Amino acid sequence: MALFRIPGPLRRLSNGEITVQVGANDLGSAIEALDARYPGFKDRLLDERGELRQFVNVYLNDEDVRLGSGLQAKVAEKDEISIVPAVAGGSFEP
Amino acid sequence: MPKLLGLRCRECGTEYELQATHVCEMCFGPLDAVYDYASLKKRVTRQAIEQGPPSIWRYRDLLPIEDTTPVVTLGEGFTPLVKADRLGAELGLRNLYLKNDSMNPTNSFKDRVVSVAISWARAQGFETIACASTGNLANAVAAYAARAGLDCYVFIPIDLEPAKVASIGAFEPNLVAVRGNYDEVNRLCSQLVESTPWAFCNINIRPFYAEGSKTLTFETAEQLGWKLPDEIIIPIGSGCQFVRHRQAIRELMDFGLVHGDRVPALTGAQALGCAPVYNAFKSDQPERVLPVKPDTIARSIAIGNPSDGIYVNRIVLETGGVVDAVTEEEIVEAIRLLARTEGIFTETAGGVTIGVLSKLARAGRWSGDEVIVAYVTGHGLKTAEVLASSNGHGRRVEIDPSLKSFREKVNL
Repeated sequence: MALFRIPGPLRRLSNGEITVQVGANDLGSAIEALDARYPGFKDRLLDERGELRQFVNVYLNDEDVRLGSGLQAKVAEKDEISIVPAVAGGSFEP
Repeated sequence: MPKLLGLRCRECGTEYELQATHVCEMCFGPLDAVYDYASLKKRVTRQAIEQGPPSIWRYRDLLPIEDTTPVVTLGEGFTPLVKADRLGAELGLRNLYLKNDSMNPTNSFKDRVVSVAISWARAQGFETIACASTGNLANAVAAYAARAGLDCYVFIPIDLEPAKVASIGAFEPNLVAVRGNYDEVNRLCSQLVESTPWAFCNINIRPFYAEGSKTLTFETAEQLGWKLPDEIIIPIGSGCQFVRHRQAIRELMDFGLVHGDRVPALTGAQALGCAPVYNAFKSDQPERVLPVKPDTIARSIAIGNPSDGIYVNRIVLETGGVVDAVTEEEIVEAIRLLARTEGIFTETAGGVTIGVLSKLARAGRWSGDEVIVAYVTGHGLKTAEVLASSNGHGRRVEIDPSLKSFREKVNL
């Protein structure tokens, strides 16, 4: 089982759970499993093309998955998957 | 009447009450401070600004701090805008200006954003100020927290330049050196923010912090006689300040503060050793900014996963600017060129800005009459070692304390 770390803004979806365990072989199927247990995660994490949303950073054992294999990244037993909102911001339009 | 109405998601428009948060719960988009522009328009005038203090606080009406809130200030902002005739002559530019933000209290532009952020946080009752930093931000946060009498935690990559570490340490913050690069420090702090009651300047109070950057462009316009230049060259780290300069231009125009209605081209500068925004700009998908592992001496802008990167490229394309990048050698040469021609010693990030300015000028981007402003955002003493290790003393001689020795060694 791999362990998801759920950030504050998404904990409403996980009934307040900070961590969620799922069984999966890669990151894409881990997100599917998370969504099966707590519906809504897939929508929040992936865009209409099925890719990670722009403001979502996902770290597999502290490595940014975008620097590696992305959603194809292999997930092994006891791996930790952290979802972290990107930090963009400040006023843009009036 | 409060001038701040709330926060709004830049992507999906969901509105939130004013609070220390930076992420939309609906779409993870960034949150922006929303002002009551209608009432501000009645009181924001050139005259009112000109009568204000010689600091960022002359633009207080356009900053997210209410009138009754005491500010935490060290006299930041209103730094010199210098006409650079000698550098201009080298580059064929007759109207080149340098905004010398190394003249700020802790010698970088970060004092602008931190003064605003800590003023906001203190008024909200925060007792501890924190940040993830490549050095300059930590320096400013430590200084302003000391000034405000607040506890302070700064998180930095463990291998930061010694001069930066020393000048941060002078203010005795809790200094957390993280075994990782800035992106890793930032990720750690993004996770910590949920379990600490702290105001992280560049994370949970970012919508307020970011607003301070606008003052750099407000000042530039005022110092040019309430005119906007034709082009501004801006270094890109996270892209946060770049985005704010576009907003500052919008406000200068909307409030009728500047003559003319032409938006300057906004041009971004990166080091090739950490150029995710430049890479995207050069690709056929400029809004797809892919992270990189930074490897450059321009540490203060070495952010491999720039949060505002896509907005930078959107603005560059909208305004007719470009994003360019320079090598490590070009950064050092630009630091020397600026020092030699204008007497201004800038850090490596300033070397990136001047390097890109030089590169574009030599490639014939301008005819020579355009009004061009380069933002020099930090002081050279912060990264002095890059000159020392690269033949920085080419004109040095050693002599005995005698006229004979002088005449032997120095060819007059």
